[in-house]
Amino acid sequence: MSVARFWRKQPQRYNLIGTRCETCGTAFFPPRSFCPECRRDGRIVEHTFAGTGKVVTFTVIRTASEAFELLTPYVLAIVELDEGARLTSQIVCSPDEVFIGMPVRNVFRKLGSDGESGPLYYGTKFIPAL
Amino acid sequence: MRKVAVIGVGCTPFGEKWETSFRNLFVDAGARALEDAGISGEQIDELFVGNMSAGRFVEQEHIGALIADYAGLATKHVPSTRVEAACSSGGLAFRQAVTAVASGNADIVVAAGVEKMTDVGTGATVDTLAGAADREWEGFPGATFPGLYAMIARDYMHRFGLTREQLAMVAVKNHRNGAKNPNAQFQKEITIDTVMQSSLVADPLRLFDCSPITDGAAAVIVAPLERAREFTDTPVQVLSSAQASDTIALHDRRDISTLDATVAAGNRAFQLARCERKDIDMIEVHDCFTIAEICAIEDLGFCSKGDAGRLTEEGYTALDGTLPVNPSGGLKACGHPVGATGIKQVYEIVTQLRGEASGRQVDGEIGMAHNVGGTGATVVCSILGVI
Repeated sequence: MSVARFWRKQPQRYNLIGTRCETCGTAFFPPRSFCPECRRDGRIVEHTFAGTGKVVTFTVIRTASEAFELLTPYVLAIVELDEGARLTSQIVCSPDEVFIGMPVRNVFRKLGSDGESGPLYYGTKFIPAL
Repeated sequence: MRKVAVIGVGCTPFGEKWETSFRNLFVDAGARALEDAGISGEQIDELFVGNMSAGRFVEQEHIGALIADYAGLATKHVPSTRVEAACSSGGLAFRQAVTAVASGNADIVVAAGVEKMTDVGTGATVDTLAGAADREWEGFPGATFPGLYAMIARDYMHRFGLTREQLAMVAVKNHRNGAKNPNAQFQKEITIDTVMQSSLVADPLRLFDCSPITDGAAAVIVAPLERAREFTDTPVQVLSSAQASDTIALHDRRDISTLDATVAAGNRAFQLARCERKDIDMIEVHDCFTIAEICAIEDLGFCSKGDAGRLTEEGYTALDGTLPVNPSGGLKACGHPVGATGIKQVYEIVTQLRGEASGRQVDGEIGMAHNVGGTGATVVCSILGVI
């Protein structure tokens, strides 16, 4: 999976910078250019998320794709940020520790590498904020 | 719009087919369908081929042309189009074929589905299938396809009290049906213990909650209803074929445990077919994971949200139940060659409605097929009935 090449240039990969529709107040991460509700009437502005939220649902990945094989088992969750947007992310914690509703906050972590000698790529994970 | 009928069906046995190539899989299914319809290739006006990822599984693109060529139709210059919507590629190819005939644009049209998945290793397969979801924002942080359905299962069990055993019963029921299907990858019954003791893939889903990696192909031939009896004594009418979309990423859904595209496609299919839930005698649903069958029964409106686990436990969805679900064995026991599954579902419904399903035969006149792409970003629902 050669994902690093253009994704490394995306600021959203490293920061929770999304967008918000000023017309209806809905926040988006990853950023959207169109509000699905207001469509072209929506006024989209940049929005930096505080980075705190809670676990909506989760799993523990035991069989992974090649890029993540060495990381198994790892906790993957859908996190709802306090501003309302949801995203899929790893939670850095023990599989026994995670629960639905667990408060979390974002951290900057290595996500993988492009082969053994290729560039490292980084991104957002979450840790428990109990 | 013209009314449309299925005049022929064909399906290969599903399984790990290392001895055969991608193109030969299709040719096998296509030849069976032509023979069933009693037509020659020269009568075919158009082809639609459902295929998710030949580029990654067998490193072959340009599938429409390849299939037309090895069907012997390239030098006749028959138009052939590949249709891709992840695991709903087959269902979508069927809908395209039906639309082509209904519109009057073509008369005899082949809808096929084919996938050869076993030529790459498990890690590469997992990665390829993850492309059915949002690669940038689900795959990149480490989501696998079973992982996404596991998050649906976790949410559902938390909210509706579905038990781990009830989930296992979906697999037990589908393997029981699959044991009666000579085309199924697994023709062996299993117990709840088989599921509960299988290895964890993505908690709470275990290996026997997951459909396998499979090679296979299926083909159906559609024609205007008014011409159907030229070809067959047992035409099956396509009462409707409806499609709906939803967000590509699971995290953007209104409700994690409700596939709104299933709700929308189901409602449209019932409306177009002018029939009601109680009119459906059997249904093939997209059980790529056990939780998917639970959600499908509810999202299609056959019971209230939260009830499908109990109904499965009580035998409501069994072969001899009130609403037989997945008489073929479903994706769980038949196998899930992703691009072929939607066509295999139509194949099964037609076989059932013609009364040719032998040991797994369900009595009935109207059946439904429900085919899901990704975690529900595309859904196709088709309703078929005897004339």
